[in-house]
Amino acid sequence: MSRFFGFVKKEFQHIFRDVRTLVILFVLPVVMIVLFGFVVTTEIRDVEVGILDRSMDEASIRATQKIFSSGYFIPAGYLQHEEEIGEFFRSGTAKVVVVFEEDFEKQMQRENRAAIKLIADASDANSAQLSLTYLQGVLMSYFQSVNQDMQLPWSVHVESRMFYNEELKGVYMFVPGLMAMILMLISAMMTSVTITREKELGTMELLLASPLKPREIILGKVTPYVVLSLVNALTIVLLGYLVFDVPVVGSIWLLMLECLLFITLALSLGVLISTNAKTQQVAMFMSMLGLMLPTILLSGFIFPIDNMPKVLQWISAIMPPRWFIVIVKNIMLKGAGFAFIWKETLILLGMTFLLIMASVKRFKIRLN
Amino acid sequence: MVQQEHIIEVKDLVKKFGSFTANDRLSFHVEKGEIFGFLGANGAGKTTAMRILCGLSYPSSGEIMVAGHDVYREREKIKKKIGYMSQKFSLYEDLTVSENIRLYAGIYGLRKKQIATREEQLLERLGMLQIRDRFISEIPLGWKQKLAFSVAIFHQPAIVFLDEPTGGVDPITRRQFWEMIHDATEEGITVFVTTHYMDEAEYCDRVSIMVEGRIEALDTPAALKQQFESENMNEVFLKLARK
Amino acid sequence: MSLIIDHIDKSFGALKALDQIDFEVRDGELFGLIGPDGAGKSTLFRIMASLLIPEAGRCTMHGYDVVKDYREVRKIIGYMPGRFSLYMDLTVEENLAFYARVFGTTVTENYDLIRDVYEQIAPFKKRLAGKLSGGMKQKLALSCALIHRPQILLLDEPTTGVDAVSRREFWEMLKGIQKQGICTVVSTPYMDEAEMCDRVAMIQKGKLLDISDPSRPAPEEAPLLYSLKSNKGVYAYLDQIRNMEACKHAWLFGDQLHVTLRTEEGAVEMRALIESWGDPSITWKAIRPSIEDRFMGLMEHGSESQLTNGEQI
Repeated sequence: MSRFFGFVKKEFQHIFRDVRTLVILFVLPVVMIVLFGFVVTTEIRDVEVGILDRSMDEASIRATQKIFSSGYFIPAGYLQHEEEIGEFFRSGTAKVVVVFEEDFEKQMQRENRAAIKLIADASDANSAQLSLTYLQGVLMSYFQSVNQDMQLPWSVHVESRMFYNEELKGVYMFVPGLMAMILMLISAMMTSVTITREKELGTMELLLASPLKPREIILGKVTPYVVLSLVNALTIVLLGYLVFDVPVVGSIWLLMLECLLFITLALSLGVLISTNAKTQQVAMFMSMLGLMLPTILLSGFIFPIDNMPKVLQWISAIMPPRWFIVIVKNIMLKGAGFAFIWKETLILLGMTFLLIMASVKRFKIRLN
Repeated sequence: MVQQEHIIEVKDLVKKFGSFTANDRLSFHVEKGEIFGFLGANGAGKTTAMRILCGLSYPSSGEIMVAGHDVYREREKIKKKIGYMSQKFSLYEDLTVSENIRLYAGIYGLRKKQIATREEQLLERLGMLQIRDRFISEIPLGWKQKLAFSVAIFHQPAIVFLDEPTGGVDPITRRQFWEMIHDATEEGITVFVTTHYMDEAEYCDRVSIMVEGRIEALDTPAALKQQFESENMNEVFLKLARK
Repeated sequence: MSLIIDHIDKSFGALKALDQIDFEVRDGELFGLIGPDGAGKSTLFRIMASLLIPEAGRCTMHGYDVVKDYREVRKIIGYMPGRFSLYMDLTVEENLAFYARVFGTTVTENYDLIRDVYEQIAPFKKRLAGKLSGGMKQKLALSCALIHRPQILLLDEPTTGVDAVSRREFWEMLKGIQKQGICTVVSTPYMDEAEMCDRVAMIQKGKLLDISDPSRPAPEEAPLLYSLKSNKGVYAYLDQIRNMEACKHAWLFGDQLHVTLRTEEGAVEMRALIESWGDPSITWKAIRPSIEDRFMGLMEHGSESQLTNGEQI
């Protein structure tokens, strides 16, 4: 055991003495979160809004006035038919169209519910999403103020629909996606690099010629990264919550357990890469091309899987981050328990097992 | 030598890195056409001084002339007049013998015709005509070193700097290498060389020995052996460096 | 026997790195392997250290086969690879402590063994290994290789790139370690260092040229080797000596010229030639060949001879 702890201690010393490693470990995740968050939450101003008012009663007119007095939106004119929406979007006259259904005020008073349809041009998905959020906010506060006056328990049903990109998955998922990416980066890339570094420096030759067993070497090398990756996972969740209000609806413990699983998977990938790479450069390159790009492009992190060609959808199914992102999203955003994610968890478990087997088999007790 | 000409003139060369003095008031000269051995323990400051003489870094202070040019103001002129070879870097492994020769000749601005004829002569002399299209990575170390030296003096520089040129080569190749060095001096090239093989110090016309940034001794090998009452240069070196 | 190398072959692709290498090392011996870069020394060390598997032949360390019993082998050897296997971002004492732990021991347990070596670098124990000079790195690497009190010490070119002073000190330390009863195999490209060994194996292009004891002349050698010295320098005479009928080969050797004659009678021709120069400062005498002389002699018999003759300078 002392042998093992000696090894782990040495590994921590490497990490804390190398500025580049420290930057990748602790600065990069924060920068990425903030950058992504910044890109996603740009302020909106003067968004052109078209109005299709089928009731033209007092309530709908007042709601329209509220929208344009909020400061975020400017009027792009009235529409007569729903068919005109496409024309408005195509010509760029409006980015969002608000549709008040017939008998808006009556419905509001009698049935305690009112129907407003928000339709956005989502060819620019981010700003469309933002505009809708702002619009909903404006409308909600207006209805609440009306509600106080009337002392009636009622609700407004705002139904929004996105054109061109119906679900806007990529944007919602930047925290889960980033988590997958950062854990992949740290766990897989850093371990593959740290192991190949020993090969490059020649110290691996000495470790191999010592009584250490291969699994002792591997475990000793990866343990610090397990710890640090977990710290990072927590940091990301915390940053997402504090800075961008991304909630953790489900169990944080379950989330961390799933993170641990994913980290283990990524670490074994890293070990596997290191058994095939002779130099740090090669290891870095393999991790970048083989792991980072698929994580970004094929996991559904940025580009929705449903929109991919079938072949790419199949390929994405063997990308571990894809499943991890689903798990994280379910726990964090939907508050799902284990019952809803056991399938994805099982897939990750299976992958991890295969990768560990492969990397232990490939890790040689000799030089060739 | 009838007229002794100083091809390198160094006066009070000081090089500091922060508070560390790598070269402490070095003063020496190298005569035209001689083999000048530049010895010293690891970290004695040899490499630092050599980089300054090659125009690769500036001294902190001192007057240094190399091939008639000032190292502060005329570095580019110096670079044209010198050749450099080290054990670590000299030839591109993924280029062929012939490509390497042409590359270096081109860098030094030789004309196409000149290159072609001289390349032919060189390969003939080295007995490498049959392997001219082989990659450097495929030829034995001893051949590489000889070729590297030939390439370093291909543009007929006034001085050639050799940084541990014979590390790791077999004893016969090492001697053949030194015979090449002698031949080069007969063509009027001055040789400035560092080595860890003390027997090679004996092949030099004059030898300087650096200890902790200073030149502790400088003379012909024979005179040094007499001065330090030693059998060979190895003993001289040990006596000086162990003080 | 501490170590038996029994007709070992090893190839890397088309390159035959080791060709029927066969020798034994006795208990407590300081055994040298000399040869230029690419001779196959490192490959042989890696086989002895159980890191490579030979294609043919057997290698045993204290009776343990390096292929089958590699676990046992790894417990009893101390190995210092060609490049100093130190962690440059750890301090001197951290490196030592780490290697001690890897071998399941502590620095204090075997301190008496490494004391002579380690005390020279102990003043710098808080310094990062990367900041040490070449000589100090080498001493630290040796301490690390010794820390678990190995029975066989394998040192692959420990003195390459290290200055003459550190090299001399290093060999003195090896002599000290030998007194502790540890069998040492050490390789070097410096022929003069070979003189410090009990026996020396000369290797060239994967082949074992010879094994000799530096302190004893080979019995069959007739006095064919002469050393020539002049105050004027001997280089000027080199061509004339080589053009002599009786000259087999002649090479510069420091400030001397070593001339190997074809026959004992050749000395007559040489005397005549030397006298014709009329250089009063010339001295010449028959000498016993050093390891380097022997190596060069063997090289010219061996495969290199065609190559070297082909390379007319």
